[in-house]
Amino acid sequence: MSDSTAGHGPGEHEPGHDLAAGGGETQAAEGAARRRVIGTPSPARSRMLLAETAAGSTAGLPEVREPELPADPQDMDDAKRAERIVAACFVLAMLAGFGFIAAYLIFQVHTVTGTWHSNLALGLTMGLSFGFMGIGATIWVRRVMPHVDQVEMRHPLRSDPEAREAFAETFADGTAASQFVKRPILRRTLIAATVPVAVAPIVLLRDLGPLPGTVLDHTVWRKGMRLLTYGANTPIRPADFSSPGGMITVVPDGFQDDFNALAKAAVIIIKFAPGEVVYTTRSAPADGFTVQNWTVDNIVAYSKICPHVGCPAALYEQTTHHILCPCHQSTFDATRGAKVIFGPATRPLPQLPMTVDAEGFLVAKSDFTEPVGPSFWERGNSS
Amino acid sequence: MSIDKALSGTGGWLDDRFHGAKGIRTFFRKIFPDHWTFMLGEIALYTFVILLLTGTFLALFFKPSMGDVVYHGSYLKLHGVHMSEAYASTLNISFDVRGGLLMRQIHHWAADLFVAAIFAHMIRIFFVGAYRKPREVNWLIGIVLFTLALLEGLFGYSLPDDLLSGAGLRITQGVLQSIPVVGTYLSFFLFGGEYPGTDIIPRMYILHVLLIPGLFLALIGAHLFIMFHQKHTQMPGKGVTNENVIGAPMFPYFMAKTGAFFFFTFAATALASTFAQINPIWLYGPYNPLAISAGSQPDFYMGFLEGSLRMMPAWQWVVFGHTFAFNVFIPALVPLGIVMTGAALWPFIEQWVTGDKREHHVNDRPRNAPTRTALGMAMIAFYGVLWLEGANDVLADHFDVPLYTITEIARVAVFAVPIVAYIVTKRICLGLQRQDVHLLEHGVEMGIIRQLPNGEFIEETRPLDEEELAKIARPEPVALPAGQSAADGEEAVPAPGMRGGLGRVKARLNKIVTESVPMNGHGTNGHGPNGHGEPTEHEPAAISAGSDDSGSERH
Amino acid sequence: MTPMTARRRRPAAGYAVVLLGLLIAGAGYAAITEAGSASATGPNIAASAQVSQGRAIFLEECATCHGQFAQGVPGVAPSLIGVGAAAVDFQVSTGRMPAKEPAAQQPRKSPQLTPPQIKALAAYIASLGGGPPVPTSGQVNAHGANAGFGQQLFTADCAQCHNFDGAGGALTYGKYAPPLTKATPTQIWEAMLTGPEAMPVFNNTTITPQQKRDIIAYITQTRSEPNPGGFSLGRVGPVTEGLVAFLGLLLFMVLAAMWITAKHRKTPNE
Repeated sequence: MSDSTAGHGPGEHEPGHDLAAGGGETQAAEGAARRRVIGTPSPARSRMLLAETAAGSTAGLPEVREPELPADPQDMDDAKRAERIVAACFVLAMLAGFGFIAAYLIFQVHTVTGTWHSNLALGLTMGLSFGFMGIGATIWVRRVMPHVDQVEMRHPLRSDPEAREAFAETFADGTAASQFVKRPILRRTLIAATVPVAVAPIVLLRDLGPLPGTVLDHTVWRKGMRLLTYGANTPIRPADFSSPGGMITVVPDGFQDDFNALAKAAVIIIKFAPGEVVYTTRSAPADGFTVQNWTVDNIVAYSKICPHVGCPAALYEQTTHHILCPCHQSTFDATRGAKVIFGPATRPLPQLPMTVDAEGFLVAKSDFTEPVGPSFWERGNSS
Repeated sequence: MSIDKALSGTGGWLDDRFHGAKGIRTFFRKIFPDHWTFMLGEIALYTFVILLLTGTFLALFFKPSMGDVVYHGSYLKLHGVHMSEAYASTLNISFDVRGGLLMRQIHHWAADLFVAAIFAHMIRIFFVGAYRKPREVNWLIGIVLFTLALLEGLFGYSLPDDLLSGAGLRITQGVLQSIPVVGTYLSFFLFGGEYPGTDIIPRMYILHVLLIPGLFLALIGAHLFIMFHQKHTQMPGKGVTNENVIGAPMFPYFMAKTGAFFFFTFAATALASTFAQINPIWLYGPYNPLAISAGSQPDFYMGFLEGSLRMMPAWQWVVFGHTFAFNVFIPALVPLGIVMTGAALWPFIEQWVTGDKREHHVNDRPRNAPTRTALGMAMIAFYGVLWLEGANDVLADHFDVPLYTITEIARVAVFAVPIVAYIVTKRICLGLQRQDVHLLEHGVEMGIIRQLPNGEFIEETRPLDEEELAKIARPEPVALPAGQSAADGEEAVPAPGMRGGLGRVKARLNKIVTESVPMNGHGTNGHGPNGHGEPTEHEPAAISAGSDDSGSERH
Repeated sequence: MTPMTARRRRPAAGYAVVLLGLLIAGAGYAAITEAGSASATGPNIAASAQVSQGRAIFLEECATCHGQFAQGVPGVAPSLIGVGAAAVDFQVSTGRMPAKEPAAQQPRKSPQLTPPQIKALAAYIASLGGGPPVPTSGQVNAHGANAGFGQQLFTADCAQCHNFDGAGGALTYGKYAPPLTKATPTQIWEAMLTGPEAMPVFNNTTITPQQKRDIIAYITQTRSEPNPGGFSLGRVGPVTEGLVAFLGLLLFMVLAAMWITAKHRKTPNE
């Protein structure tokens, strides 16, 4: 097989000319499929040139040139039939197009049903309009235009040696004239000058945001802050949340509409029947797999924010006591300190220390004792 | 005649100023080869145009702001609900602007089709080897375009600030945050502080409507220009050589065909938007960081990232008060890294292994490059397993399979299935090659049964015609450079590039990659025409003690 | 050629391979689709006298699993003492009970008892003591309720299992949150109140009766509202949308491309 430089076709190529100057052979026309190498100079360029009069020829007769493409399709009857089909398609396309405009004027929105009808009418007319144009154009190309098979020669992509040589010379001359190579001080100081210019745009991005600092280590929960049921924003008495198997989303009082706060401070409380929870005891120190004695009446509060990548870990299965995060299926055992039992999460859900205030409402005893939410570089294992 | 008038009038006016006659004539006469697979890239191009058009319409109505408003528009169910301006304006476009919902849906369907078409186009280019010299740069541009398309889609569907895309944004932020050393800084800079903040939607907006489309326009322009300049590849066929292009000229044929295709693309997306609802954000509700829905998935092209996040076992290190959250940044970076880096490096790796530095303008049939095809299928299998795992809860719900089981299967499948895919595909390719050799040697069956005098029935065959022969023909693999042969007590010296450990690796890989069923009965894997292993006479890559590159003796 | 290779060439070999493949696929699917087993808890306390019809129905339909005195059978069925009339009404009117077989979760079916029978059964179970009653029609009437507020509550506390549309979703070990397409307002109320199977309990002091009505309004309006964008594709989300993009749109475009570039066939006239 030839290598890449032997890409010359049958004709010669000169640098600087496009392929129209290449030579080639015209194959004899065979039936419908005529192959013609592009670039064959046609016998006469101009159609309007008056022929030179020879003895006996009629003055004023224009010379006829051979067209590059057949003027008519090979099968005229089929083309005629196809023309009718294409015309019909275009007429339908036009009607559909006008239909679109009409539909826009007729169909009003502002209700769900109205929007539905409007969408149906506008979309259908638009789709049909474009569709018929496409069908018509395709049939036109395939059956009304004459079929051709033409050959074009490729240039070798590699420039020929003279061109390369000339380029190299130009480049060398220019480089020499610029003194770039001969004067190292100019060169080096130029490079030195561009360094800050390259770095400056990055510096300009500094004020995109504040530095993280220790913001991620804390939430807005504080001692004495009431737990409110999300939505209704009502405080909760343990007696109100007394059905075993109950679960509800709670938010900190004062931050119920603050998304920045809720993205870390959202909490779920779960009510257990007596004996279901495995508490930390003096002989079983807190290892993350027991529930701390920060509960009230077997009501446990866990962070709702999954320690994997921060989705709300909100599915609670009453029968298995599992908290399941719907995003990536991290599963936590709510009776054992939200220990991870499946899935990509590497840490249990933090437990919110809880107690009751003077009026009997559930309040936080303090902030979480560890950072809430997804892991990050500066996060140790515990706060 | 009016054509003459147009030419001398307007045409002349322009040519007086732009010297266009020669260049435009060349352009008009350019030949385009015909194969349906060559139109896959056009799907991407035309969906891009549709995205620009519909996107402009949407941009006239959309408000990229996270400021809180109370909704009082036409979607009564959400009356009185607090939401961001972005979400409210999207509801407005959907229910209070005529054609708004249609434009939103066309925009989203076109975006999905855009990425699907890029996939299909990229896979086509890979499997026929159209990325080989001289098209490596275009391949790289294509990979950048692919990555940009993923990002553009992610930003686009996150703009309405609904519950579904907001969950995706949270995941993006959690992933960003987990990156060692710089994670928290990146997160705080991108979001302007803590998540969710009020900056992310306007920032994504400007990336989505200005920066990335600008990059697209430039890169698509370059992509198309390079393709024009180098001319399109073609499938093997009668009369097709590495030095020509056979087809019909741009004017009027290709213009008409591509115009028709544009209309089809627009029609398809418009009809999809009429009959198939997409991204019904009014059902999802406005975003709230403490709310989430079951069955939350990103758009399909991000599904493989989602799958890797779900599949990864819980793994982290905490060292001296710092956390390496492998469970997050490995799935986020590794599969994507493998696919993208592998794809980007592949043309150069293949060139190195095969030693093939020739220009290629004729496509390979996938069966004639069994290792390439098998590797491609393995990649697709890898990607596919991740993709399916991304939908694991939907699959569990619809097919009644326990949730954890799907993940456990996926954890094994992600390694096993690509390996199986590689082996199976390679064998299929070699089998197809064998079929080609059979055709070559025995001809095409004609369906005419004849009885021989001895009573035996045979089917008549005819030899392949020119077109079929051209299709089956296979270029010879390039021989790796031979070194110096052993002579008179001197050691054999391998060629430069074949020396040392790397050289031996290259030799071994070359052997694997060039494994094929020989057309002439001799070949690399030692099978002659009767199927028995025998020492061969031809050894295309005689490395250690080769003399010239053919006919060397086996030692 | 080995004996295996020789047999490989037989015509029947192809069928054998297909059959083997089907068997493997079927066995594999059956293996991973669990039947599961029911959860069991509950003490055993016999009830005193109650509506005799309810008791009779109970003995006939329920006692096999739930025990003679509704005390539950460990590993088979939970105790029904204290679950209340609402729980019975929910389980039986949705056809989940009487259960045909133990399963990870009982599916919704057409009810097997008539409404009067369900009432009697509920009365019997209520007589065992405790548990919420069946709500009145006034309580579950969502007319005039605030569906927007219901949307907020639903997405915060219900959508993570049931999906924002009420389309349902997967839970662990073969359990699932069922779709809410067929649930009546009464059944929705009862489910929230009694926490059937894996569902948590949302009593009337956690989610108040008015809030329950708001949620009911949200669910019923959402599931009945038309899809203005066309067919809903099951309202599953991007998974089905991606499938449609590939199998629908891309396939259509490929077919169009095939038509446009198809080889020219010579007509008889040429």
